[in-house]
Amino acid sequence: MATALPLDLARPRRTGAAGILLLLALAYGLVPLLGTGYLFEAILTPFLALALAGLGLNLLTGYAGLLSLGSAAFMAVGAYAAFNLSLRLPGLPLPATILLAGLVAAAVGAVAGLPALRLRGFYLAVSTLAVQFFVAWALNRIGWLSNDSPSGIVAAPRLEVAGLSFDDARGRYLFSLTVVAVLTFLAWRLVRSPTGRNLVAIRDHETAARIVGVKVARTKLLAFALSSFIVGIAGVLWAFAYLRTVEPAGFNLDRSFQILFIVIIGGLGTLRGAFLGAGFIVVLPLVLSRLGAAALGDGFDSGTLEMVQRIVLGALIVAVLIREPAGLAALLDRALNHALRRVRPRS
Amino acid sequence: MSPDLAFLVEVVVGGLLSGVMYALVAIGFVLIYKTSGVLNFAQGAMVLFAALTFVSLVERGLPFPAALAATLAVMVVVGLTIERTVLRPLVNQPPITLFMATLGVAYVIEGAAQLAWGTQVHALDLGIDDTPFDVAGVLVSRFDLFAAALAGLMVAGLTLFFRFTRTGLAFRAVADDPLAALNAGLRLPRIWSAVWIASGLVALVAGLLWGARLGVQFSLSLVVLKALPVLVLGGFDSIAGAIVAGLIVGAAEKLAEVYLGPFIGGGIEGWIAYVAALAFLLVKPSGLFGLRSVERV
Amino acid sequence: MSGLPHRAAPFGRPAPSRPLVPDAAAPRRRARASQDRILTVEGLSLGFGGAVAFAGIDLAVAAGEIHAIIGPNGAGKSSLINAISGLYAPQAGRVRIGEASFARVPAGRLAALGVARTFQNLALFKSLNVVENILSGLAGARRAGLAAHVLGLPAARREAAEHRTRAEAVIDLLQLGAFRARAAGSLPYGLQKRVELARALVAKPRLLLLDEPMAGMSAAEKAEMSGFILAARETFGTAIVLIEHDIGVVMRLSDTITVLDHGRRIATGTPTEIQANPAVIAAYLGADDEEDETEGEVKAA
Repeated sequence: MATALPLDLARPRRTGAAGILLLLALAYGLVPLLGTGYLFEAILTPFLALALAGLGLNLLTGYAGLLSLGSAAFMAVGAYAAFNLSLRLPGLPLPATILLAGLVAAAVGAVAGLPALRLRGFYLAVSTLAVQFFVAWALNRIGWLSNDSPSGIVAAPRLEVAGLSFDDARGRYLFSLTVVAVLTFLAWRLVRSPTGRNLVAIRDHETAARIVGVKVARTKLLAFALSSFIVGIAGVLWAFAYLRTVEPAGFNLDRSFQILFIVIIGGLGTLRGAFLGAGFIVVLPLVLSRLGAAALGDGFDSGTLEMVQRIVLGALIVAVLIREPAGLAALLDRALNHALRRVRPRS
Repeated sequence: MSPDLAFLVEVVVGGLLSGVMYALVAIGFVLIYKTSGVLNFAQGAMVLFAALTFVSLVERGLPFPAALAATLAVMVVVGLTIERTVLRPLVNQPPITLFMATLGVAYVIEGAAQLAWGTQVHALDLGIDDTPFDVAGVLVSRFDLFAAALAGLMVAGLTLFFRFTRTGLAFRAVADDPLAALNAGLRLPRIWSAVWIASGLVALVAGLLWGARLGVQFSLSLVVLKALPVLVLGGFDSIAGAIVAGLIVGAAEKLAEVYLGPFIGGGIEGWIAYVAALAFLLVKPSGLFGLRSVERV
Repeated sequence: MSGLPHRAAPFGRPAPSRPLVPDAAAPRRRARASQDRILTVEGLSLGFGGAVAFAGIDLAVAAGEIHAIIGPNGAGKSSLINAISGLYAPQAGRVRIGEASFARVPAGRLAALGVARTFQNLALFKSLNVVENILSGLAGARRAGLAAHVLGLPAARREAAEHRTRAEAVIDLLQLGAFRARAAGSLPYGLQKRVELARALVAKPRLLLLDEPMAGMSAAEKAEMSGFILAARETFGTAIVLIEHDIGVVMRLSDTITVLDHGRRIATGTPTEIQANPAVIAAYLGADDEEDETEGEVKAA
């Protein structure tokens, strides 16, 4: 983890800002014009939700160095909290619902983070697994949370803000994009604030951090709360904007691992890493199924595809870790620096 | 003995015996953690792979001993391959990176095992009769006893190996102080190879026993989730801890299921062991046998 | 206490005003404005599971004083610093920092007490750059909340600007300007030591604990570091407790020297007093299982 440079001052700031503005312009301007329903529904919306979850986990695992295997549980808490808020407080506007759902997830996260005050490393990671299993159990057992639906699956409410409907594929994409953009901006401010510095300080050398006056216990709980806030809202997007149903099955251990993969492959301790990793995870299965179909024709059934996907994903994780422990973000930086040097040889 | 008490004893004994099975998986973790500080998440996948390979060979008509020998060879190769291709290039990387790599390995093994041998459930018959028999009014499963005996044998074997062979002694030196061991001229790579082979063998034994119990199927790789609370309780680096914690977790889980389950609803076995282990750790952070280490600054 | 002879002034009296050491190499020593005690250690004892790290240690450090702790390896120097800064829990004795007295110093309150330290083995935040490392030394001085910083409220911006100014002042003092944006972990060892000193100094501590700030440095680097330490004292009036093996450096820098051997304090005094102390000489020359380097240094000194 120490290889990742979280606060990248080396790259000129203006280039970075211009790049981000360009990306936003594309995402808001060009993509909605040219995109198809399939692109929005099957690729972009899940990508945004997963990227946001990765961003949240990265604050905890990448910046503060606290390994969590329970991200899906916090997504579930966010999704179910939002569902219940919209069900039981019908007048509440959607943005307030989402914000409150994030706060519920943050509260659960802070409680789940309590073991971090005594445990570290893998012991802590295992304690987050306990949260994962406990939340899954609670969602199945406590019928009230899913409005006593016998299957535990409930329909998500419509996406509507101030009379504007975001219910079609493009609308749900734009809605997710806006939520993700706002939270990413806040996360960026956070990691550049003294608190962001404290997170990294605790990760790099906890004793030294305590000595210089970082409130270690408080900061660790804060990391859990902030991370869970964002991951919880990612859960809302996943359920409300992508699946359009709320169900426990989508928030299982495999989802937690998937989000961890996103962070690791993308790059620990970088915000852009979450986006790169999520893009990778979303696009990889599509590419593999296309390749498989092309190579093997009809013999390529979905079961085989799933196994091949597992193998390729696992192998890629290992390969990325060996070749570039700092993840895709580091690869991208190198490529960008190389390109910039070519454009401006003397800068 | 009153019926209630007999029932309680039965529950405890049943729990202790299934605890042996947890310990079996946990030992595989401990071997690798002790020497290289890696929490090998692929241990569960190795259990699955071993069981699936064995049962598929038997189903294809190989006699039992030949299938066992072939699976043994395969597990040695798997263990060595993981060590050579994944762990060795990642030496000196932080623990989280190594952990992620073993997660990746777990995916590869799980995918490969099912791609090669299919995803259907296989019954595995080790030829041990699972009829319960009566010991002073307490019903005990014959299979569980056999499993416990086998696990005991394996632990004894490992203990002898580590006590009396050169590689075993080297292993203990490395576990105590890797840097000193390296300075003393011990060849770490050789020890790493040895522990990966050993953990492959442990996976085989665990795979056969668990496979016979649950049927050989994908969920076998989830036994890793049963082993984690055991590791938390016993310490990631203590074989004795893994055994004792396995017994405790097994018994506690059964007791909670029987006596607590009716009150808070079924299905608590998924997390109760975790919560119990963590609660214990919060009270005694060094774990069952761990020594509290002084941080050098 | 031990039966070893004590040439040093008996402990417990305020640090005596004594004549400057007539040593040409000695830097100008500050005439102390106050005799305020910054640090008082009384009867401090620490052991790890039977092994004694140190026992019955007394120590007094006045404001602005440079107080070296020397002794052979294993004498308990680092353990003493770690106990003073609250990382180890002593079994007996008290540590008084300013007005506050502790059986175990709360490490988390150290910064608030005006104490900063460096570590024997580097303890930088490796992935933060030099400026960020130094800014993190002000973690304890932070007042504006997280929300204020994230939203960029005026209070937070003022604070950030003020902290940056303070960091820049230390960067200038320790000549770290050229490495401002480099990740601390990527710097050569000597520079990392300097960044660690900068991180400790930026909070303008009343008391600075330096655990082997010059270990592994070349003679030139040591001279440079000695200069920085003196400059730090001049600029901030900081009292400094210094662990150092190079006796020459210790003699030049220190106002007072305390010698530990096998966890016992065998002498306290001015550099000249210590140099002439037979117990000290015996401890150093008799310790043939210690580093050659250490022996050579005391002879050279």
